[in-house]
Amino acid sequence: MTSAERYVTAAYLVVLAVLLAYLVIYAFKLSRLEREVGELAELARRRKEEAA
Amino acid sequence: MLLLAGVALAFYWVPDAPLEGFRQRIFYIHVPVALTAYACFGWAAWKALRLLSTRDQRYDLESYTAVHMGVIFGILTLVTGSIWARTSWGVWWSWGERQLVLFLVLFLFYSAYFMLRYSVEAGPRRASMSAVYALFGVVLIPVSFLAIRLAEGLIHPVVFDRNVGDNLAGSQLLTFAVCLAGTLALAATLYVNELTGKRVDERLRELREALE
Amino acid sequence: MTAYLADVGALARKDLLLELRSRDTLPAMLLFVVSTLVVFSFALPAGTGETAAYGLLWVAIVFTAILGLTRAFAAEREQRVLDGLVLAPCDRSAIWAGKGIAVVVFLALAELVALPAFALFFEPVTWELVAAVALADLGLASVGTLLAAMAAASRARELLLPLLFLPLVIPVVVGGVGASIADDPGRYLGFLALYDLIFAILSWASFEYVVTE
Repeated sequence: MTSAERYVTAAYLVVLAVLLAYLVIYAFKLSRLEREVGELAELARRRKEEAA
Repeated sequence: MLLLAGVALAFYWVPDAPLEGFRQRIFYIHVPVALTAYACFGWAAWKALRLLSTRDQRYDLESYTAVHMGVIFGILTLVTGSIWARTSWGVWWSWGERQLVLFLVLFLFYSAYFMLRYSVEAGPRRASMSAVYALFGVVLIPVSFLAIRLAEGLIHPVVFDRNVGDNLAGSQLLTFAVCLAGTLALAATLYVNELTGKRVDERLRELREALE
Repeated sequence: MTAYLADVGALARKDLLLELRSRDTLPAMLLFVVSTLVVFSFALPAGTGETAAYGLLWVAIVFTAILGLTRAFAAEREQRVLDGLVLAPCDRSAIWAGKGIAVVVFLALAELVALPAFALFFEPVTWELVAAVALADLGLASVGTLLAAMAAASRARELLLPLLFLPLVIPVVVGGVGASIADDPGRYLGFLALYDLIFAILSWASFEYVVTE
């Protein structure tokens, strides 16, 4: 593998890595959103019970 | 669904790319990514213009998301461009490389956009301020490009001439077009995703306020 | 049209009078630009040559502009005048124009001191340099006034302005340095004029959106 080939591979890998990193960050965000939805659902349910 | 389509395109584009050339293969990723970043910034400015003319707050998030995507692709452009500079001239950074310098300026500019957003309270005022800033960005692109062309003679008397864009053969052009379509589709997918995420985030905040 | 110009004139006069009474921006700018030049004379290794000195002059000008701009909306913010001005029955862009004129005057006065000091410490000042500085002032003031209004509305305030301002004025620095050292300053002066024109129109048109809800 020549050095030029190495660099080309590196460039593509970097793009892939950044995309994966973005995906990971997005996954964290998604799990946070899920947690928040859960909390809110819980809150809404309790509200309903209190009202009843 | 859309994400799947984007990934499929991405897979379809990566093996397609290394057709010819040696270090010029980076061209197939670097240039489409750069053009995609421009497209994102342009899209952000368009949404910003819509926001200012209609005062419809929903354009604010769209513009913000487009800038967000633009910055991600801008970082990718900087990194791949730097690698390209390393293979071509043996240095990681060259001030003679117009596009890269331009992206550095834009990267700084749009990073300040995030700072602006974080330090102003949410509301219509912030929306129109960010919109004005996004518009400035898209005007800054040609102006700084011109400036960097002018500066080139000052800082670096030696102009690197690479002519890749000029003599594209048919197969290269095809690969390039596929790559460009791939990155654009990827950007569009990420944009839709991120936009939905940001909207959900905002809705949740509203819901929380309504419940508490 | 005349009413508009009268508004602009009144607003600019208000800022200049305010400065004349309180004197809190201009002396700071003058002192800052001269001390920057002195620091630069130590920062430059001996025999670096004239080119570097011209470059540093432009750095000094841009930073002095930042210093002046951070104070530009300070009075309005502290006494909450801006809300009143926005409600006043004049075109909002007149606020921008008036403020911009005041900033240009401050900058020009600061450079009236800085350029002779530069000539004294470093290199002779040419007519091209003076023209470039004048053109750059217009550009710095028009972009800076808009961004200062943005920064004044944010929590970070003084911190935010340089971040917003510096990437936008890189072309001004390029044009200014080019006009002072290149063999054909005309191109660079033309570029500076183009920059002024584009960004003055853009700032003038968009100022309203920055100060209103």
